[in-house]
Formats: sequence, C-alpha cells, structure tokens
Amino acid sequence: MAKIKLAKSKVDKLVEICKSFDNEGSELINVLHKAQETFGYLPAEVQEIIARELNVSVAHVYGVVTFYSFFSMVPKGEFPISICMGTACYVRGAEKVLEEFKRQLSVPVGETTEDGKFSISCLRCVGACGLAPVVTIGERVYGRVSAGDVADIIKEYQK
Amino acid sequence: MEKMIKLTIDKKQVEVPQGTTILEAAKGIGVDIPTLCYMHLGDMGIEHKPGGCRICVVEVEGRRNLAPSCNSKCEQGMVIHTHNMRVLNARKTVMELMLSDHPFDCLVCAKSGNCDLQSTAQQLGVRELHYKGEQSTYKVDYSPSIIRDMDKCIMCRRCETMCNDVQTVGALSAVNRGFQSVVAPAFEMDLEKSTCTYCGQCVAVCPTGALTEKDHTNQLIRDLADPKKTVVVQTAPAVRAALGEEFGMEPGTLVTGKMVSALRQLGFNSVFDTDFAADLTIMEEGTELLDRLKRHLDGDKDVKLPILTSCCPGWVNFFEHHFPEMKDIPSTARSPQQMFGPIAKNYLAKEMGIKREDMIVVSIMPCLAKKYECQRDEFKVDGDPDVNYSISTRELANLIKQANMDLKTLPDEEFDNPLGESTGAGVIFGATGGVIEAAARTAYEVYTGKTLENVNFEALRGMEGIRSATVDFNGLDVNIGIAHGLGNARKLLEDIRDGKSQYHAIEIMACPGGCIGGGGQPLHHGDSSILKKRAAALYREDEGKAIRKSHENPYIIKLYEEFLGKPCGELSHKLLHTHYFDKSKDVEIE
Repeated sequence: MAKIKLAKSKVDKLVEICKSFDNEGSELINVLHKAQETFGYLPAEVQEIIARELNVSVAHVYGVVTFYSFFSMVPKGEFPISICMGTACYVRGAEKVLEEFKRQLSVPVGETTEDGKFSISCLRCVGACGLAPVVTIGERVYGRVSAGDVADIIKEYQK
Repeated sequence: MEKMIKLTIDKKQVEVPQGTTILEAAKGIGVDIPTLCYMHLGDMGIEHKPGGCRICVVEVEGRRNLAPSCNSKCEQGMVIHTHNMRVLNARKTVMELMLSDHPFDCLVCAKSGNCDLQSTAQQLGVRELHYKGEQSTYKVDYSPSIIRDMDKCIMCRRCETMCNDVQTVGALSAVNRGFQSVVAPAFEMDLEKSTCTYCGQCVAVCPTGALTEKDHTNQLIRDLADPKKTVVVQTAPAVRAALGEEFGMEPGTLVTGKMVSALRQLGFNSVFDTDFAADLTIMEEGTELLDRLKRHLDGDKDVKLPILTSCCPGWVNFFEHHFPEMKDIPSTARSPQQMFGPIAKNYLAKEMGIKREDMIVVSIMPCLAKKYECQRDEFKVDGDPDVNYSISTRELANLIKQANMDLKTLPDEEFDNPLGESTGAGVIFGATGGVIEAAARTAYEVYTGKTLENVNFEALRGMEGIRSATVDFNGLDVNIGIAHGLGNARKLLEDIRDGKSQYHAIEIMACPGGCIGGGGQPLHHGDSSILKKRAAALYREDEGKAIRKSHENPYIIKLYEEFLGKPCGELSHKLLHTHYFDKSKDVEIE
C-alpha cells in the first residue's frame, strides 16, 4: 500500500476544515482556500486527505488546484507578493513592476526565494482598479506602484 | 401535458417538446449536424454535451453569436440555419484551429480510419491549414493496457465522463488551464500509478488517437513465425458476438466458426475456447459459493456473504483500489483467462509433450484490463506468464485484415479439443448476468441433487444497471444481485459495507452490458441496441448447445479425473485460485 506521510496534527486540522463545510464535495473550493490559508500551500498529501474527506476523486481536486492560479502546490514565501495583471493594472505598467520584482528577488513567478521570505505570483484583478497598478503583500495593498517603488517596498520587509 | 414548441430549421417547420436541443430537433427532420465532443449513451442515461468543441454551431436568427446546437434548447419561433456560409466557415475555422495543435501522423496512427477527428475534418471539407502555433509536447504514458498520447487530445472530455460519471473510478480529470490543460490522472502521474482499473471505457469513446490500447499484434506475428514455439489461442465468449461488425456484418451476427477458421489460418497450433475455462470457473466458483452458503446456513458467523464473482479484471482492480477492506469477499477463483493459462501450460503442454517455456498462450479478449491481468506477478511462474498476452477483438480484426482474409467468406470450423469443448453456460459469460446464471445452473443441481428442468433463468437477464432475483434452490431462496458498469457496482458495494445487502451472491462486470460492451470491442458509439444484439447472440449460441451446464462438460469431468482431483482441491487452489491486494493510497499519520 502506497503511504503518504503527514503529521497527525495537520491531518486533524484538515479533517476539521472539511467538517466545517459538512464534508460537501461542492464546497471543494472553499475547503481548498481554508487549507491553503492554514498550510500556506496545497501539497499532494493535503489534496489526498481533502479528496478522501469530501468523497471526491484526487484527480478532481488536483484539477481544481491547477485550474486556479491562486492555489499553489509549492510553499509560498513568508511575504507572498502578488502583482495584479488585470486589464487596468496591465495597461498602467504592471508588467514592468513584475519584471522589477523578479529581477530584484531573482525568482520567477510561482516560486519562492531561497531564504523562504518572498514568493511572487500574478493575479487577475483585486477590484481596486482605481489604484492600478496594484501589488499585494500578504494582506497589505500597495496602489499606483511603479518599478521605481519596488526596492523601497522590498526593503520594508527585510528589516 | 408536454408543452410543444414551433420553430424553423433550414426553412422547414418543426414542432418539438419543450427542452429539446437544436441538435435533437434537427435530427428529427433528417438534418445531421456534425458533432465532436458530444456523446449520447442512450440507455446508460449519460448525455455528455459540454459544448466545448464548437463544431456543432448553428446560426439562430437575431442572435449575435453562433449557438452550439448540442446544448442549446429550442425556443418558440426560432429560425435556425444549420449550413449557411457563416456556419460552414465557422466550423471549418474551429476544426483548423483544433488541427493546428495536432500531430500529423495520421498515416501511422492507431486510430486512423476509426478517428472522429479525422472523419469530421473530412466531412467539413478541410483541405488547407491556415494556422500554425505552439504544439503540445506531453510525455506518452504507456501502461500495461492503455496508452495515453495527450498531444492528440482535443479536450472533448468524453473519457472524463466515462471514468467519473459512468464508472466512478475517478482516475481522470481535466487539469491545468488554457493551452496547458489536459485530461490526466491526479498530479499528472502515470496511469499505472493512478486508480485506473483499465476497464478501457475511455478508450472506447476517445474520438482521436489520444487514448488507445497497448497493441500486441506485432508480438503475436513474431511468435507465430517462430518454429520453436507452440502458439495456442483462447477466445473469450463476447468476441464471437462482435467480431463480425468489423467486417460489415450486422451487430449480433455469431461468427464463432469463421473466427476459429481465421485463427487456424493465421497459424495458431491449436484454437481453443475460453468458454471451456468458463465452465471450469463455474466448477471452482460454484463450489466455493455452495461451501460458503452451507456454512452460513449452519450458523458459521465467520463466513463472508455475499460472495462476489471475480471473472472481470477491471472489477478486481476496482475493489483493490476503492474497496480494499472488502478484498476477502470476492471469490478466490481466477478469471477464465487465467484458469485457461495454467491448464494449458501445466496439463496440455504435458499431453502435447512440449516444455512450458516453448508454449505461448494468447487470448483474444473483448477487454483491455485482460492485458494487465496477464502481467500480474501472481499469474507467472518464474517470470513466465500463464497467459503470455491478450489481444482485443479490434486487434484481431486488424490482424485478419492484414492477413488478407475476409471473415465473411471463411468456412465454419470447430474448436480443437480438449480445451475447446464448452457448454452453453460458458458462452453466456460474455453478457451481464451470464456468469451468475451459469453458476446457478450448476449450483442448483449440486445443492439439490435434482435435475434442473428449465436452465433459462430469465430473471437474471437484461440490461438494467442493477438487477436482483431470487432463485429457488428447492425450498432455499438464494438472493442474487447483478451489476454492470462500475458506477452500479459501487452502489452494491456500499450497501454491503453498510450492512444493508441481502444478497447471497453478486455478479459484477466492469463494463456496461458486460464483456459484450468491453473496452476492446468494436466501437458501439453509445448505441445500446448493438449491445442488446450482441447479448442475444450469446443466448442464441447457448440455446443451440447440446450441453448447457458446466459440470456436464465431458472434458471438464475428464480434467478433474485425470489431473485436478476435485473442485477447490489442493491442485485447484494452486493453479486456479488467487488472492487480492490492497492498492489504495492512504495517508500515513506520523
């Protein structure tokens, strides 16, 4: 029997999350959100347990995880940087901002710096188009960001 | 009363019940709109209409965009054009875009000539390709039964519907997004590591060469040409009821004699029948059933009931993956294919005066899971498989064509003996309900000591997904359940697990219809009337047999007298029974 290892406390936590959504298969996306909030990312083991608890196939869970760019199978950084690539942000120069983050941190999109501090991801519209281009780091939102601001923003988290 | 809707399709007035799709309404007046991703499996109640491929688009007057006819419902007063220039151009463009990312190896593709993508492109008159773009480069996934070449996938997702909705296996899902999206197992692992049961229903509905069976015909041609090898063949019951379709014969035409003749001409040293092994299966499985039943009646609390049949390798894979906690409930009797192998290599080889390693046992099966079953370690002796490999009905048809034979014109010939003699009970193994009917014929006589006057258990026959019947064993009511299609099997299994099952014995077949609808059969394109005709053919062959009860097969009687001893005896246990494995993936808690 192929076994997957995961700490009991983590399994218990996952079971509890699934239960809080009545183990409903249709609540998969909500469960994944909560699980990613708890673990920081969604490794294969976590998806296996969610599939079992919600009585859906692992292939289905993996399908949903890989469909939405918000979900990640690699651990995010302590400070997850998200650059909005929605239409408004894009036309106002989000790509240049993204390139600057990638250059300064030396990591591609979807990955985490070696020290585990920063990860970069792109997202589509946070609903603050008036502030375009928008960058979020954790819960914090930065508006009207230009490539020139990137160094200062990173510095805030390097203390 | 059903509300009726009036509309116009291609200048013709049409009246259809509310809820009818444009595709269905058009079909009603003889307008056959081309489709690609659409799939309608009549009696199974499965209609797959994601509207994803956009081949079936039509123009609805007053609407800005063309509408996919497969999932657009008719509305009062609609005026629809199914073949104006806008529609034809759109379909062609859609097809060209699909082909822009498709490998051009049609000349050597396994699906060529039987490919919906190819025939639809032909039908749409695509003669030029205007688009060239990025190409998918997925790794080809070779499993023992099924080959996945996802560069050829057009994301119709029919396979996903079969795997999830019909079979409830859940091995396949659409993963990733946009150009990267593909149908794959969880974590894009190989099929062999997934929960796939190799039932092959995905292969049976794939419209392209993305999913095909592992082909063993070249190996077979090599073995037949090797003078040092004695090559013997066994043919499963369901093959004879479908092989003719590949040669333009009516579904349900029995080609038993012509198939034997073709196999002999291909150069097999002996042409035998899996039906013989099916009779042998009944001896072993029937004995086990009666033993468990008697112990149960005697009050033995440890005895496991219901007993489940174990002939179907797709089904065996299913419970090993999905219900491993129940792996001691199915009969330990091997499938007929795997009973034939050891009898051929341990008994027949001796009779023929040849060494085991010089004998090649080939099976012709309606099934793709049989290919995997041949390779299971427990069915090998020092690495030599009891059955070397299995080829599907479709592969056999191709081989007969390669050998310049027209099945229709071949003479009828008889199987060789001793492993070619079979009863009507062995023949009906190929249809859902057949195995348990065959078991009932023998178990009744053994249990009651009386002669069974009417061997036709009509109550066990039919095409309903889950059936049940009570058979009177001279005062003892034996409750029998039947399921075909793994989704239906799952329901019966959940009842057993929850302690709600009242059955003494259950027959399960992985494929809808049983083996006649197997993943290796000529494609039936969801037409269940074809399955019914194939089943009727098997019952016809049964009716025509002089002997219709497995335990009366003279060669089976002789085999026990000369070689095996008694059913479920020591040698039987070694050669004809097996054990099952827990293949579930579970999380280990630290």
